[in-house]
Formats: sequence, C-alpha cells, structure tokens
Amino acid sequence: MTVAPLGQRSPILRMREVDKTFSGQVVALRRMSLDVNQGDFISLLGPSGCGKSTALRLIAGLMPPTIGRIEWEGGQGKDDLGVVFQEPTLMPWATVEKNVFLPFRLRGQSLRSVRDRIHEVLALVGLEKFAESYPRELSGGMKMRVSIARALATNPRLILMDEPFAALDEITRQKLNDDLLSLKAKTGATVVFVTHSVFESVFLSDRILIMAARPGRVIREIQIDAPYPRGIDWRTAPEYGVIARETSDTLHGALAPQEAAE
Amino acid sequence: MTMAETKTEAPAPQHGSTPMFDADEERRARRRRNEEIAKYLIPITVMSLAIWFWDRLVVWNEIEPYILPRPGLVLSTLIEDWGTLSASLLVTLQITGLALLVAVVGGVGLAVLFSLSRFAEMSFSPFAVILQVTPIVSIAPLIFIYVESRLVGLLLCAWIVAFFPILANTTLGLKSADHNLRDLFTIYRANRWQRLVHLQLPSALPYFLGGLKIAGGLALIGAVVAEYVAGTGGIGSGLAFRILEAGYRLQIPRMFAALILIALTGVIIYAATSLIAHLALRKWHESALKRE
Repeated sequence: MTVAPLGQRSPILRMREVDKTFSGQVVALRRMSLDVNQGDFISLLGPSGCGKSTALRLIAGLMPPTIGRIEWEGGQGKDDLGVVFQEPTLMPWATVEKNVFLPFRLRGQSLRSVRDRIHEVLALVGLEKFAESYPRELSGGMKMRVSIARALATNPRLILMDEPFAALDEITRQKLNDDLLSLKAKTGATVVFVTHSVFESVFLSDRILIMAARPGRVIREIQIDAPYPRGIDWRTAPEYGVIARETSDTLHGALAPQEAAE
Repeated sequence: MTMAETKTEAPAPQHGSTPMFDADEERRARRRRNEEIAKYLIPITVMSLAIWFWDRLVVWNEIEPYILPRPGLVLSTLIEDWGTLSASLLVTLQITGLALLVAVVGGVGLAVLFSLSRFAEMSFSPFAVILQVTPIVSIAPLIFIYVESRLVGLLLCAWIVAFFPILANTTLGLKSADHNLRDLFTIYRANRWQRLVHLQLPSALPYFLGGLKIAGGLALIGAVVAEYVAGTGGIGSGLAFRILEAGYRLQIPRMFAALILIALTGVIIYAATSLIAHLALRKWHESALKRE
C-alpha cells in the first residue's frame, strides 16, 4: 500500500469539526472534517447510519450543520454543484435533452444558447442519439448516465454522488465505474462519492474516508496513489487487493461486536 | 452434411428457423385479436338487443306512448322537435362548458395558492369542503334568490359541483413531486416560480387530468340540477327545463328525447376529457404505458 501526499491541489471546500444532530438527540455526524481539493476523487465509505449521506446533504447546503462550519473557497460555491442521487431523478415528462437542460434553465439560460454543450455531455456519456427520448424509454444504466450528464453539464466545481450505482446490476455498475473515471479524466471534475462498496471506493478514489455508525463519524482516511486512468489493470493489481483488504478490515473492526457476528 | 439438414415431414420447431411461434403464443395472439373485435362488437350488440327488447315490451304489453314510447317514436320526436331541443342542448352545453372552464381556472388557481401558502390552505379549505359536501339542490334555491342573473346562478351551481375534484386532485398533485427532484431544484437554487412551473405543475398534471374527467360529468349534472331548481322557462332554457315542461304536458316521447341528448352529452364530455388526458400523458406517464 502506498500512502503519499497528493501533490499541490488548490482547495475548494473545507469542512471543520462539523456536527449534525437531529431532534436534539440523534447524533448523525460527529466532528467531521474534510478538505476537498480541485481534482480530488473522495469516497465516503461506511455502513448505513454512518452519516455519509448526511455529510453529502450538508455539503449540498440542503441543511445547515448543528455545530461547525463548511467553507467554500472564494465564498460562493453552492450554486456550482452537480448532484447524482441513488435514483436517476429525471423528470419523466421531459426528454433527455430537456432533463440535461434543467440546471441551465434554472439559471435563466435559453436552450438555444446551451444546446451544443448539452449534446457534448450527452456524447460524453454515450447517449447523443437519445436526446429526444423520454426517460421511460431508457434502461436503468442509461437513465443514470443522463443523470451524470446533467451533473457534468454546467462544469461544476464539485460533483456530489450519493450511492449512484447501488441500484444497478454488477455488470452495469462496473461499466459505469470505468466510464466515470474516463469522464473524470476528460473533464477534471472533483467528486465526493458516497458508497457502501469497498471495491467501488478503492477502484475509484484517491482518498477514502472510512466512517462508522452510532454516532456517525470518520474513523480513518486512506490515500490511494495509483495513477489515473485506472482500468482492468488496477482492478487486478496486487496493491488493489491489499488496500481493499485493509479498508475492509477497518470497516469490520469498527462494527459493534453483535453486528460483526452477523 | 449435418444432422440439422435432414428434413422430417412434421413441421416440428427447429432451432435457428426464425421467426418461431409456439402453440401458446399463437393462442395468445388469437385471443388478442378476438378481444380487439369483441371490444366494439359486444357493447353494440347488447345495446341493440336492449333497445329491441324495449320496443317489444311496449308492443307486447300494449303500453300507451304517454307512459312508455317505442324507441322509434322517441327518435322521430327527436328529429321533429330538433329545433327546440337543439337550442336547449346548446344552452345546457354552454352552461356546462363555462362552468367547467371556471372550475378549471378556479380549482387550479386555488390549488396553486394552497401550495404557495399553507396559511391560505388552512384558511380556505374548510369552505371548499363545506361547499362540496352540501348537496347542490339545497343551496341552489338560495343562490337564485341572491343572484339576479339566471345564467350566473346556473353557472354558479354547476361550478360549485365541478370545481372540488379539480381543486382536491391538483392540490394533491402539486404536493407529490419527487423528493430527490425537489432537492435538486433546491441545490440549483430554483426560485418559487421556477419550482412551480418546472416541477410542481408537471407533477400535478396526471392528478389534474383525473380530476378533470370527474369534473366534466359533474358540471353537466350541476347544470341540469340547477335548471330544475331555477325552473323558469321561455327562450334560453336548457334541456332540463324541456324535460320538466314535457313532463307537465305528458309529452313523454319528448322527455325521452331530451334525456337521450343529456346522456349523450355526458358521454361525449367523458370521451373528450379522456382523450385530452391520453394526449397529454401518452409520452411519459405510467397510466399511458403499454406493457409488452
């Protein structure tokens, strides 16, 4: 396992000692700190209830932290987000093109002025021929691609992904993982990725934050220096196995004894 | 030379010979075709039989036309009195159409207001419910006392009956937008107006159209009931008044003719609203989805 500094990247976002408590008693997240730098691919990995989705919602500005601060470099930032949920979350009444157009439309831009860009991102995810299709005509994997295209379309500073491939079958999931990395290489996007799959997180990220539940917290950060682009070579590399093993051990070590026995 | 090339007499299904239909699939296809034909044939046949039986019933029992006219007599009355009846039909249609229009505007408008302001919803929804649950026949006489114009009175009655399903359904629809989509709109900093136009109204469309189908029928019922209550005749009275009038004069065939026109109007309104719903939803909504 190689652990090394990730070079000089300019910071985008700082999360400082953030707590989130619900109803005054349920501690969803305790003392979480996270620095996101330009070009990072960060995974939040943990069992359900570890606060990983809560962390993502805090970053997205969907709710405020109870204690602590989330600071965007240069002040603004929340306008400049792309989000991919576990569900494709497309508007069923709109064509693929109109769905990708949504973030532009909400900024007051006309379809004509951004049509080229929309078709460009659709080509990036391999769906340029489906611009006029309706979501229901697409497969689950294709819908997820549209969702990714929408998140990429505006070239946001940060893309948040909340278990985006969890509902897909294993083959589609691996294909989309490969495609996601090649998209990242092409666009230089910065990604914070929530997952409960050890292998997915080791394959995709250059940093993994391993989280534990009750209360939700980060228990360990693992850096992965394997160079991008990563593909089948990385999936079968010995280091990949070593890191996956270590990640998995850390996760299981943090589970309560009765849970680990299950 | 392979084994597959040796042909046998019986046309047993072989791999590679496309297209292949097995017996089960053929049976299904046959059943689908039959059902397609039966869908039209059966209702028409049964309806014709019922009318024939009506006719025979009158003849066999020598029933007088002022008690139960034969279907042929109703039809000839319809043609003979077409001048009067069509004028009345037009009046009823106008009231129904206008009431439905106002119900759509009022119902959707109120629903949007409710969705924008919980305060408005809490203030006004009790009125909407009270108007809905009070039978229109019991409010109508009061309305005709307070409202001078007969037309406005009729409209008001028809509207009261028709607007509630549109209001209730649209209110529900505006609230039922997908949670993740709502979060997405928040993240993209959509303002209230954008949220309404691009998220809530499209989400509410299927619900609204369901309400419209019900409201169409109710508007007609409201118009007819109101006219019964209003009761005054003369020029510009609708089909309901023609029925009352024919009843007083024992012109039973004419009563039937007017009744048939009202029923037909109802059917046409239902068909029209169904068609609108189909056209608006066929591209994306589950209800219009054809399963293979």
